[in-house]
Amino acid sequence: MTAADTTPKGKVGDPFSSPWRRRLPLLPALIFLILVTQLPFLVSIYYSLTNLKDKTQSLIPEPTRFVGLENYRTLLSNSFFRDAMWTSVKMTVFSVLLSLFFGTAFAMLLDRKFLGQGLVRTLLITPFLIMPVVAALIWKQQMFSSLFGLLNKALEFFGLDSVAFISDHPLASIVTVLVWQWTPFMMLIMLAGLQSQPSDILEAANVDGATSFGIFRQLTIPHLRRYLELGAGSIYIIQAFDAIDQMTGGAPGSKNVPYFVYQESIGGGFRYGSASAYAIVVVIASIVIATFALRVLSGLLKDEERA
Amino acid sequence: MIGRRGGTGTTLGVGERRIGKISLGLLAWVVGLVWIFPVAWTVLTSFKTEQDASAQTLSHGLSFERYHEVSSSTEGTLSLATALSNSVFVVLLSTAIVMLLAIPAAYALAIRAVPKWRDVLFFFISTKFLPVVASIFPIYVYAEKWNLIGTRTILVVLYTAMNLPLAVWMTRSFFMEVPRELIEAAEIDGTKLINQLRSVILPIAAPGIAATALLCIIFAWNEYFYAIQLNFASGSTMPQWVIGNVDTRGNFLAKLSAASVIACLPVVVAGWLAQKRMIRGLSMGAIK
Repeated sequence: MTAADTTPKGKVGDPFSSPWRRRLPLLPALIFLILVTQLPFLVSIYYSLTNLKDKTQSLIPEPTRFVGLENYRTLLSNSFFRDAMWTSVKMTVFSVLLSLFFGTAFAMLLDRKFLGQGLVRTLLITPFLIMPVVAALIWKQQMFSSLFGLLNKALEFFGLDSVAFISDHPLASIVTVLVWQWTPFMMLIMLAGLQSQPSDILEAANVDGATSFGIFRQLTIPHLRRYLELGAGSIYIIQAFDAIDQMTGGAPGSKNVPYFVYQESIGGGFRYGSASAYAIVVVIASIVIATFALRVLSGLLKDEERA
Repeated sequence: MIGRRGGTGTTLGVGERRIGKISLGLLAWVVGLVWIFPVAWTVLTSFKTEQDASAQTLSHGLSFERYHEVSSSTEGTLSLATALSNSVFVVLLSTAIVMLLAIPAAYALAIRAVPKWRDVLFFFISTKFLPVVASIFPIYVYAEKWNLIGTRTILVVLYTAMNLPLAVWMTRSFFMEVPRELIEAAEIDGTKLINQLRSVILPIAAPGIAATALLCIIFAWNEYFYAIQLNFASGSTMPQWVIGNVDTRGNFLAKLSAASVIACLPVVVAGWLAQKRMIRGLSMGAIK
């Protein structure tokens, strides 16, 4: 690239002048993502309008044909699907809110000097680094299990009746594991937020005789708002599949929509056509939530531009 | 079973400040110990005998016996060596590709921003809003057609797609921290893009890029859904090796614990060493 090429306004008429040169570094990543995520999604939409099944998995293979909106009509009347939707909502809301709450509280505890501060932070982030499958197994076998579980040993010690945690409270058990793993992640985000507070303003407030509660409410909370939103946005990287698969295997009350769709298709049902219709409904639901999340994000980016 | 929140001071008198400080420190310790407890207990269990592990007692002493057992392979089962080499291959290759794609993209979004860069960034992030189930069947069907089921290739491709949006987002925000004057100086000197990246931008953004790569490594190393769906054969990775140690008959708790420790240790240690950088990385520098 010569100095002449780097002028902001490229030569008009030449397709490889500045604007395209600028876009070029972007293309490999964009094309890759379109091929691996968007294209399969379009194929999914097509599948959802057919009766596609895995031919090797059925005794009398049916020819694949176009069925229009048939799959969508039947899914609305499927009560298992409605249950799964409701489970998804509860699982997501509880795990995100609780881990945000604990993450914020722990970040505030860690954002002050005390003996062994670094060590405590190290202890706290460890669950986030653990393989989710292992986390689920640890909790299932070591904590919740009625055979070896420490929780039941503790109940027994205090003379209380034992509880079949996973079979009687499948949703709460899974949420516990998710919260245990994702609280450290939220804590890291909130710590970054607390540490980025301009210290001169805090000092000024201190000098002016503001109470610590007053500083917290008037300065810290508004400052942390964006970080809280960022934390809530990680809804999209929290995966419950591993925990459900290892702990309950999708027992009633703990089956969220992705797991339901999984069981309908590659997890045993092999009805790709109708399962795709379920998946598309999940996508529509996510888009509704995502529109909201995007608005938050665009707010963040606009602020940045102004700054 | 979630941390206890003590009633320690929210309203501190001046004289009570010291005591308040100490008890908040103690509370932090309690919280830390509660959170680490399941992990610590598993590490302890991994050194026990199976009888002790099942009874949650400690009367037969501790040893490395279980580690020896899980790492020596039985005929016909997935061996540690196979799973480990598959995991290392898939994780390192996918992370390398992610960074190779993300760094130029981040450059085009941060340093010499394309028109409508915001829409492009949205597109990257929005691919994360698409649930995995929405695209898994076509991927499964075509992977089968192209004989990619059970290979490491399919995992490399999917892990790259899984981590790329996050990597673009984080790398971009680290690039935003590179002082504009430095870049402009390099541009005036007529430095080529690749040299600009190498001599000016990358040295400054290096810690951030390392944190980004580490996060990609963690997510890929721990990934289970794609691994179990598309890769049950010879290409199996570490999560599959761990669950292979769950036995429906007989005692397995100590062995499972040892396997868990082996599977988690590399990523946990890496995370410990990079935690400060991760704090900055996760805040994504974007909101400064």
